[in-house]
Amino acid sequence: MDSKIKLALEKQANEIRKDIVTEVYNAKSGHPGGSLSLADTITYLYFYKMNIDANDPKNPDRDRFVLSKGHTAPALYACLAEKGFFDKSELLKLRKVGSMLQGHPDMKGTPGIDMSTGSLGQGISTAVGMALGGKISNKTYTVYTVLGDGEIQEGQVWEAAMSAAHYKLDNLIAIVDNNNLQIDGKVSDVMSVYPITDKFRAFGWNVTTCDAHNFDSIDEAFEKTKEKNGKPWVIVQKSIKGKGVSFMEDNASWHGSAPNEEQYLIAMNDLEKISIELEAK
Amino acid sequence: MSDIKIATRESYGNALAELGKVNPNVVVFDADLAGATKTGIFKKAFPERFFDCGIAESNMIGMAAGISTTGKIPFVSSFAMFAAGRAFEQIRNSIGYPHLNVKIGATHAGISVGEDGATHQCNEDIALMRTIPGMVIINPCDDVEAKQAVFAASEYNGPVYMRFGRLAVPVVNDDKYKFELGKGVTLKEGNNVTLIATGLMVARALEAAKVLEEKGISTRVINIHTIKPIDKDIIIKAANETDLIVTCEEHNVIGGLYSAVTEVTSQYAPSKVIPVAVMDTFGKSGNASELLNVFGLNADGIINKVLENI
Repeated sequence: MDSKIKLALEKQANEIRKDIVTEVYNAKSGHPGGSLSLADTITYLYFYKMNIDANDPKNPDRDRFVLSKGHTAPALYACLAEKGFFDKSELLKLRKVGSMLQGHPDMKGTPGIDMSTGSLGQGISTAVGMALGGKISNKTYTVYTVLGDGEIQEGQVWEAAMSAAHYKLDNLIAIVDNNNLQIDGKVSDVMSVYPITDKFRAFGWNVTTCDAHNFDSIDEAFEKTKEKNGKPWVIVQKSIKGKGVSFMEDNASWHGSAPNEEQYLIAMNDLEKISIELEAK
Repeated sequence: MSDIKIATRESYGNALAELGKVNPNVVVFDADLAGATKTGIFKKAFPERFFDCGIAESNMIGMAAGISTTGKIPFVSSFAMFAAGRAFEQIRNSIGYPHLNVKIGATHAGISVGEDGATHQCNEDIALMRTIPGMVIINPCDDVEAKQAVFAASEYNGPVYMRFGRLAVPVVNDDKYKFELGKGVTLKEGNNVTLIATGLMVARALEAAKVLEEKGISTRVINIHTIKPIDKDIIIKAANETDLIVTCEEHNVIGGLYSAVTEVTSQYAPSKVIPVAVMDTFGKSGNASELLNVFGLNADGIINKVLENI
């Protein structure tokens, strides 16, 4: 990947991380851990990869994004705000009465949201439906959906995986955010989903992997998905829950809790240090 | 009432094939039951717009939600038990909450499924669907109404749950009938008692009314095909003008037509309302017509309730 673009994306992702932490801190609830593990990939999608336009959010030819792991909405809201789908001040109203930003994505209330999600396992099925709609309407858009690694414990995910392969939906790209943590602990301890790649391969998907915190690696994985052979693609990304905030990294307790004021200041200080490093590059 | 009997699932399949001709955006999903739900009729006419989802109802509902956002009008079918029951939460969260334009055609509702027995006899679907904000629920009584309901559903923008039966039922309406979403139909006037019926119980209510008239009881018969939003006015009028209301439904007494009617009367016109319904029990195997008799879901059952309570 071009080094200038890479640096710009790194800077943007760090701003997204600051937004995520600020959103959840203000809301006094929410899911920072999985939002931070997704921050780089969702930045890559919204600021580099996807064909979307904040001024025309319902364009029938746009790429679609379905956040199947809907609890990491703070990451999505940060991207939409930074892209101009709505005013950034909305981020401070997350989860509050009267806010357009619900605890989980609401396509009716928030510009730029392609599907209401939050009940795990359901998003990928809707993404399959969108991809099928694109195929039968001869549209060239791509549907992206992000799943949590804990989420793929839901049986519906595998019903969806089966159907995407059956209907040869090579316009569908799923990303599994493999941070190996869910609410109750390590995914491998709670209910192992491994081996993830072999499972998707057996369900008839093209499979690739990447380092979720390295834009060269992310870009390489998405470049691979350009190869169309009638199969949907899954990118299993190795990520770190809470990435970027020292005390949140690889810690399941930050799945669904908000930082207090002291913790917020530490988190923002961590991210500010990264900003300074990136500016120096 | 004509002597011809047609199952409303058959009407559904035929209507879909007709609708497919005039609306190119209609697509149909089924979960390995196309032969039974009669979506197979559409499949034969428009194979490129029919998608079998296999025995995976939850995913099917999600796929329908997704494709509806691309401008298609999906009709999704399975047995009522597996559509409203198995996939309840998918319907609630992926279709109901975003108020998407998905039509659920649920067949094999109620105990008239017959021999397959309790696991396949859904007497709870109306109750489940009624709890979802914005969901429209249509329970047609015959072939004429079922076909028109399918077209009306396609013209309405939002989620619709349609309930169809396996058993062939009499054709109540003639070809002049005009289905109007949300409007009850007074099939017969009367001023002593009102029978408010839905689905296959409408024909049975008409039968019961004939006998009651012979006994000197002036009997009004109302067909409520749209259970949600329910026609409040026709119910309030009946409550004010007749001494007794008997609701008639092939559904559990909890959460279905009886509940919907009494929710109206208790607020706007407190009055005596008696149910003819499945009385909070599971179904069982047997010939469908015999079962309806066993459960009191017939003219005699209705007549007895009227005589006991008038």
